Amino acid sequence: MNNRVIIDPVTRIEGHLRIDVEIDDGKVSKAWSSGQMWRGIEQILLGRDARDAWAFTQRICGVCTTVHALTSVRAVENALQLEVPINAQLIRNLMVAAHAVHDHIVHFYHLSALDWVDIISALKADPKKAATIAESVSTWSLNGVHELTSVQQKLQSFVDSGQLGIFANGYWGHSAMKLPPEVNLIAAAHYLQALEIQRDANKIVAILGGKTPHVQNLTVGGVTNSINLDSQSVMNMERLVYIKELMTRLDDFIKNAYLIDISIVGASYLEWAGYGAGVTNYLSVPEMALDSRGTRFALPGGYIENGDLSGFKAITSFEDKFFIEGVKESSRHSWYADDGVPLHPWEGVTDPNYTDFQDDGKYSWVKSPTFYGKPAQVGPLANVLCMAAAGNKSALDNTQFVLDTVGSLASTKVGLDALHSTLGRHAARAVRCAVLMEEMHNQWDLLVDNIASGDVDTFNQPVFPKGEIRGIGFHEAPRGVLSHWAVIENGKIKNYQAVVPSTWNASPRNDDDVPGPYEAALLDHPVADPQRPLEILRTVHSFDPCIACAIHMVDIEENEIVKVKVI
Amino acid sequence: MNILVLGIGNILLSDEGIGVRVVEALQERYYIPDSLDVMDGGTAGLELSENIANRDHVILIDAVKTGAPAGTVIELFDDDVPRLFRTRISPHQLGISDVLGILKIMGEIPKGFTLFGAVPYSLHTGTELTEAFLPIREAILRRLVKRLAELGIELEQRDVGVPVNLLTQMAN
Repeated sequence: MNNRVIIDPVTRIEGHLRIDVEIDDGKVSKAWSSGQMWRGIEQILLGRDARDAWAFTQRICGVCTTVHALTSVRAVENALQLEVPINAQLIRNLMVAAHAVHDHIVHFYHLSALDWVDIISALKADPKKAATIAESVSTWSLNGVHELTSVQQKLQSFVDSGQLGIFANGYWGHSAMKLPPEVNLIAAAHYLQALEIQRDANKIVAILGGKTPHVQNLTVGGVTNSINLDSQSVMNMERLVYIKELMTRLDDFIKNAYLIDISIVGASYLEWAGYGAGVTNYLSVPEMALDSRGTRFALPGGYIENGDLSGFKAITSFEDKFFIEGVKESSRHSWYADDGVPLHPWEGVTDPNYTDFQDDGKYSWVKSPTFYGKPAQVGPLANVLCMAAAGNKSALDNTQFVLDTVGSLASTKVGLDALHSTLGRHAARAVRCAVLMEEMHNQWDLLVDNIASGDVDTFNQPVFPKGEIRGIGFHEAPRGVLSHWAVIENGKIKNYQAVVPSTWNASPRNDDDVPGPYEAALLDHPVADPQRPLEILRTVHSFDPCIACAIHMVDIEENEIVKVKVI
Repeated sequence: MNILVLGIGNILLSDEGIGVRVVEALQERYYIPDSLDVMDGGTAGLELSENIANRDHVILIDAVKTGAPAGTVIELFDDDVPRLFRTRISPHQLGISDVLGILKIMGEIPKGFTLFGAVPYSLHTGTELTEAFLPIREAILRRLVKRLAELGIELEQRDVGVPVNLLTQMAN
């Protein structure tokens, strides 16, 4: 039997993502990933002052505001060869870490955990038994029987009211849901606690950024935070100490809830370490610059081909030729008018030409980026594998902790290979969150020490030359490598291309007809019920697509997660 | 009264940015007293939860799709507002519906709501409202000022408009 399933969620925030799969004998035999909306937002930047580009780019997306702002100022600074004061780098690094920690926690608990956790089943749990289980694996203070009982009552009152609210969108009772009621209850409790905790991370971004949700403190050449440890109105010791307090609270949750929860899910669904590998070329960039030019970084990045960590090639600076020369984009299978020959982003053209959905022709607004001609997976898994290959201790230790915890819960041995999978992407995200949190403490120390040494510089004035210059800014964003490519003429934007993480992962087939990461990852997935394709959502969600929120949304009136069409 | 005026929208998609544009106009033309919070929420989601939590009243301004013709302005109050976002007619439903759902389960849902929504003429790429939508911005601004007065906050008009931020300056 051959079935075609189309999942077509609707959102305006980042653009629609549509996934088509062909199912043969209960398994996915072919997959297509299609971006369903053309934005052309880059066009808005043409002719604008290059110093203002960041303020527009941070409005591109509702989820990733800060990351586009940062990447844009980096691109312009790169074009100008402009150094950035250490204080500015460190303040940016703290924002990078806090934003990513926020993003990773929200992604796991609020945008994807319900693919694995059956909230309704938690109503059947024995809170006492649940507390015993939780306390046997973690020292998190909110695992007690009192807390769990109150969570269960809260859920019950929601169900009784007939309005499930945020829980109305799950595939409850699906045959692929496997956690016992007690574990579902623990997860439900952490879901709610994570709602509180995410605010702490967001507060750090707001304190440093001056405004949320759209930060105000970035500028080409540094940051606008003025530093005076004794003044009331600027960046002072009181604020820095408050940030440290928030960091400590986040530490506790990440170590004692997030890493443990991901291990429990991993141990309970270990077969998912065998699904969803897809493209195992991994691309990641170094992050958290430690000097004014961006030649030393706290966290390494680079490229791994075919999952072989021993062949890791590092990317080492903001000027790195290996990265800059390796990126091209093709529109062979995308709705653009050019002939599809892969182009470097500085030469990129964006001339829309919509046809209909052609299985073997054009079927997406997303272009197909390649690294030296090959598709690459980006995101926390790519980042963690690259950090591990580069010997970053925090990445190695936290990865080992999760693998060991999964192994001991499942009474088996789990090796690094398990990470090349749907489950691996979730585990790597938790590991990256822990690594970022540890590094955030280092960055805080560096900032306080640097200020204490008497350095309060935060800004170097940019000066634009006459004529044309080119710049590239990159950032290891929560969803992976983000790069902005700017061509500037007389201080004004002449061409601008953003190659976003979801472009790498959600890309259609490339110039050589090789499938992109989502498409490759979905092959051979079992689909128990084509009307409720939970297995497909699990793998797509594991990438944290920028449209993840959309895929999980529900129309309560119609009671469905997304439009699922089975042909 | 602890009141938040929250404009939502993507200012890169012309009329979609109506909520943000109304909030900017409010800040440009009126003195905002300390007792009132006015916020440009952009396209954000969960980041807004703490700002909305536990308010006495939240006034939302947003682009909406109701099936009514472009240029239609709608007003909704209190329980009808979360209900509206549950039925997904706002382009930003994801963010806001999530936030309201979450505040509900956390017991932090605001006591009262007002929504001013307008059906857009265009969602095309561009940083300015369409010509036809400018009177809509003015109409919503007048209603907003009146609504604030009903809630006990009388705003005083500025003699000279003050551009509130970089983006506004550039759009002008």
